[in-house]
Amino acid sequence: MGITFVPIIVMMLYSFNNAPTSRITFAWNGFTTYWYRNLTQVNGLTHAFLISLEVAILSSLISVIVGTPVALALGRFRFWGKGPINAIVFADIAAPAIVVGAASLSFFLSINLNTGLITILIAHVAFNIAYVVVVVRARLSGMDSAIEDAARDLGANAWTTFTKVTLPLIWPGLLAAFLLAFAMSVDDYVITSFIAGSTVTFPLFVYGAAKVGLPPQVLCFGTLIFLVGLIVALANGALNRHQLARATTEDSLAAPAQPVSSS
Amino acid sequence: MSRRDALGVVGKGAGLLSMAALLASCGIAGSAERRGAANIDWATFWKDQKTTKQLNFANWPLYIDSDHGKTVSLELFTKATGIKVNYQPVIQGDASFYATVEPELAAQEVTGYDLMVITNGWYFSQLVENGFLNELDLSKLPNFFKYSSPLVKNPSYDPGNKHSVTWQTGFTGIAYNTKMIKREITSFNDLADPAFKGHVGMMNDNVELGSAALLRMGVDPVSSTMADWKESTKWLEKQRPLVAGYYDQSYISHLENGDTWISQAYSGDIFQANLSGYPHLKYVTPKEGQIVWHDNMVIPRQAQNALSALAWMNFYYTPKIAGIVEDWVSYVCPVPAAQDYILDVIKDPTVANSPLVFPSAQADKLSHSYYIYRDYNDYQSWNDTYNPIIES
Amino acid sequence: MSTDLIEPARPAYRQPSWLRRHSPPYWLSLVGGGWMLLFFLIPLASGLIVSLETGNPVSGYTLTWNWHIYSQLFVHSDIPYTTFFIRSLYYGIATTILSILIAYPMAYFIAFRVSVRWKSPLILLVLLSFFVSFVIRTDMWSFVLAQQGFVITTLHKLHLVSSNFHILGTSTAVIGGDIYNNLPFMVLPIYVALERIDRRILEAARDLYSNGRQVFIRVVLPLSRAGIFAGVLLVFITTAGDPVNSSLLGGVGTYTIGQAIQDSYLTNQQFNVAAALSTVLMVILGIIMFAYATIFGTENLENLV
Repeated sequence: MGITFVPIIVMMLYSFNNAPTSRITFAWNGFTTYWYRNLTQVNGLTHAFLISLEVAILSSLISVIVGTPVALALGRFRFWGKGPINAIVFADIAAPAIVVGAASLSFFLSINLNTGLITILIAHVAFNIAYVVVVVRARLSGMDSAIEDAARDLGANAWTTFTKVTLPLIWPGLLAAFLLAFAMSVDDYVITSFIAGSTVTFPLFVYGAAKVGLPPQVLCFGTLIFLVGLIVALANGALNRHQLARATTEDSLAAPAQPVSSS
Repeated sequence: MSRRDALGVVGKGAGLLSMAALLASCGIAGSAERRGAANIDWATFWKDQKTTKQLNFANWPLYIDSDHGKTVSLELFTKATGIKVNYQPVIQGDASFYATVEPELAAQEVTGYDLMVITNGWYFSQLVENGFLNELDLSKLPNFFKYSSPLVKNPSYDPGNKHSVTWQTGFTGIAYNTKMIKREITSFNDLADPAFKGHVGMMNDNVELGSAALLRMGVDPVSSTMADWKESTKWLEKQRPLVAGYYDQSYISHLENGDTWISQAYSGDIFQANLSGYPHLKYVTPKEGQIVWHDNMVIPRQAQNALSALAWMNFYYTPKIAGIVEDWVSYVCPVPAAQDYILDVIKDPTVANSPLVFPSAQADKLSHSYYIYRDYNDYQSWNDTYNPIIES
Repeated sequence: MSTDLIEPARPAYRQPSWLRRHSPPYWLSLVGGGWMLLFFLIPLASGLIVSLETGNPVSGYTLTWNWHIYSQLFVHSDIPYTTFFIRSLYYGIATTILSILIAYPMAYFIAFRVSVRWKSPLILLVLLSFFVSFVIRTDMWSFVLAQQGFVITTLHKLHLVSSNFHILGTSTAVIGGDIYNNLPFMVLPIYVALERIDRRILEAARDLYSNGRQVFIRVVLPLSRAGIFAGVLLVFITTAGDPVNSSLLGGVGTYTIGQAIQDSYLTNQQFNVAAALSTVLMVILGIIMFAYATIFGTENLENLV
């Protein structure tokens, strides 16, 4: 398991390496924090990073908003379209990126849509919807639909049931779907390389720069991303401990079982 | 999946196919149909251009001076003219960059770039042929005519410099690791030395690959014929078991980390490698000759700041600015007078005295240009000849 | 007294129209399904159509129903596309099998041997290094595994390998890179499937005299089948079509069909060739996955997505 961290450690190490030609060199030239202090210096790097963030956030939001209803439909209803939609979702996840990218490019060329930010967004949402559907549906199936029935029995219409009952319960699923879609979008290289046109996203920038020599700032960005993730993971661990502790105290504070009074 | 589901899928598939067929029956338009507007009166065009304070400059990576991220040449330009430069090192390859700007140019829309740097070759010719470039107002480029080297004046791929002025010239030759290879390297045949098996690198750009093979045979690529191309592939196929990989620009990292001992290489890359901690890498011009190519500044149509682009072109063609850029980039300088500037003012004899940056007349005799394609079928034949070597 | 119990008259309950009752799921799936249809399915079909076009980037492509392109590419071609296909499938299979062998123990460990508190942080930790862009990670690997790099020089000093040993540029490096980059796609589904197993079943098995190994083979493994299937699906398909690992870590003799598709599109601009190659790839992968699903039996697509 530790081996997965080897490239990360190398990355962090070399983000501190002094590089006289402003591209990473694996010959050690001395320690420096210069690259961190001048993070935004590299032309195009920060811009690419921001574009990636923007596309990822937008496409994840759209996918969640558009995909959750589909998950609801699949999870709560029995209808004729269920099989085909299941098959489409399955195919969407399973389709190799190279095929999707190449096909999307042919499609955009055929309908004369210029490649760029819009096409990137369209394609990212197209593959993210499937992931959202899968995650939200998993969450839905873990949730007892009897609660929704109870809500309707008590007079709620469909919309109220959804917003006041279902949504709060599947909320963690929506969050997980958003995060998954975000991760898939921000790191996507193959599909984006086909349909990006003149827009440069972070993975595209890094792939191109890797050929001639990465600017050290790329390693700094990578290190920072990793550290943010690390903090989130550790916070999760701490939060879990807190939640578990709270759950056990609540259990112990709960009223002891009442003896059943016979009448 | 039940049989009914499967049938349903097949039915839907047929429906989809017909829908897609309808869409795609329009086909994909070729560039011949999508040319830029023709018959422009360039004199009026330039008279109508307004001066602006912005320049969007697309270039290859590592192709302008960079001192810990600061670009002095661009800063001096801004100080002298007030024009702010948005410098974007987004060009990774002529083919891929052409693919990104072609749709916009064909639709006569703004590409977002005012200045691009394109190598002479198929894509440069396509840009010219399809009317995607502004013709230059040469009256605004006095410095070019005053300072430029004769090699870049009136080149064969752009007669009269109607569309371009050279940014950098470069040589493609052979580079090797002097620590791992103790003998002297002098010829393309050294790339097929069995002693180097598994440590030879070649380029996956089929233009470079083919040109090297032709030169080895003693054929000048410019005057080569299809029979020559076929003949040259024989040596390439014999060489293949020895080759570690057909690399794009990443050959330099393989040379640096020692996996590759000898490779086709760009002169400037080796120079920069020597400066960043790899002084044991050496560039040589093979005795059969080397390839010379030019990366040229061009102004795409619909550029919003065309006058700023011209201003930069003129600003660049001075010993001082070209010297500043060359001192870092270290390819072949199109301004010979910059040599003195680098020697006296920047005080960098390594660059100033290098025959790679300021080549002698003898080096010019050994330098050959790429083959010039007559039409698409010609281009396709070249590709069909050399791609099988690379894609293996 | 009885008047209190008389309720005011109410209209008889009428069932909503058939449309009203049956349409909700269609409305719900309208946008999402429509998006996937328009921007995923139709492009795939469009890819097939483009493969049947002839022409070139200069004079344009027109639909000529050129089915010959398929025989051209696979039977008569100078470029051995068939070899690339077989090679890519081989990389896919090798990567998938090795991934299962590596990922299963990891997932098992976290699911069964770790206290509840540390489960999600540990999973997050495993996935953590994959938040960093995979291009950066692969580039770092390419440095670590260089012949003059730390790993090989150490192995050489320990006399474990010959002086000419190299990893980069070989199929091993490519497969290694594929395994590394796809690990989370295998670990996560297996972990989720293992987590869902009711622990009491394991207890019951032990009560019925199974030893540890039998419990694993007869109870745990079959119950995690859906997770393995999902992992195999993701990893095999991603690897078979991947152009990046082979281009960054490979050399001569590692050229994959993914690279061929990418090159014919972006470098050579032969749109019909690229479309034909990707259509064939999709069909072959579809057949393989369908066969796998039928043989190893998943009752319902729903269970694994």
